[in-house]
Amino acid sequence: MALLSFLFNSKPKTASAAKERLQIIIARERSGRTGYDFLPALHAELIAVISKYTKVDPKDITLSLDRKGDLEVLDVNVVLPEIEMRS
Amino acid sequence: MARIIVITSGKGGVGKTTSSASFATGLALRGHKTAVIDFDVGLRNLDLIMGCERRVVYDLINVVSGEATLRQALIKDKHCENLFILPASQTRDKDALTEEGVERVLNELIQMDFEFIICDSPAGIEHGAIMALTFADEAIIVTNPEVSSVRDSDRILGIIQAKSRRALNGGEPVKEHLLVTRYSPKRVDAGEMLSYTDVQEILRIPLIGIIPESEEVLSASNQGNPAIHIKDSPVSQAYVDVVGRFLGEDLPLRFTDYEKPGFLKRIFGGK
Repeated sequence: MALLSFLFNSKPKTASAAKERLQIIIARERSGRTGYDFLPALHAELIAVISKYTKVDPKDITLSLDRKGDLEVLDVNVVLPEIEMRS
Repeated sequence: MARIIVITSGKGGVGKTTSSASFATGLALRGHKTAVIDFDVGLRNLDLIMGCERRVVYDLINVVSGEATLRQALIKDKHCENLFILPASQTRDKDALTEEGVERVLNELIQMDFEFIICDSPAGIEHGAIMALTFADEAIIVTNPEVSSVRDSDRILGIIQAKSRRALNGGEPVKEHLLVTRYSPKRVDAGEMLSYTDVQEILRIPLIGIIPESEEVLSASNQGNPAIHIKDSPVSQAYVDVVGRFLGEDLPLRFTDYEKPGFLKRIFGGK
């Protein structure tokens, strides 16, 4: 048996596990240090600007920064309140 | 124009000092006036690797604090005419390493017509490591094909991109190079070790060289000889290639492929 496993090397390939784990953890750590610490300030100002024109709940404005391939995407989502229809 | 190059890694024990010693020696052997500075205040070791530990009189902190002149502290290498070593302090507090002080020492080296200034960074991401990378024009990131080393390299790349002078001044960014050390083509072939292409794919910086794992590195450091001086060794040839590529030569990678021993050799001997 020992001779067989010596001749037909059948150790598990762990390098691919290492690569996969690194890719995941490094992507996460990089997203935490993009240097875009302006998001909270931008959020506050957006609320102020939008509130000038329509009533909006601050919770309905969300900002997020995503990475798609080599592009960074700033996603701004504003949910407007339902407008009462005048009859 | 002088170039300041930091050799850094985040993680300890990956080969920063070995690489600093061999890279600086290689540049000097090519005829360039080179200085290599140990930034590991409190844990000086470059002097041992370069084999000049008994000639240390003054150190980097003495120069920074004005207790000695730079000329007094620089140690001429025993092999190369145009290579000088500036050792770290063994006793002093690392806070004595001020940003102004380091900048002054670097400027003075430039005034003395040094073409290359190699900054051997301590491990970690503390003050000493930050001081070593602050003024760098280029960075050589020393990485072992191993998970913790690759992760720490990515971390230190982030710090270079945030805290170096070049990053803060918003000009041309620090030029980054990946140096993979302790590489074992046999283990890569067996699927036990990350390949250099894996490491490069993860870190996304250009590769400047691959140093194969070798027992000769230990015997070189035992004797206080930079590994690049070992005769006819893959390690020294790999370091020579790194220096060549750094100086702009287009050299193919060597010592990265594993040749499987034949069936008979596997049965009748050979490692």
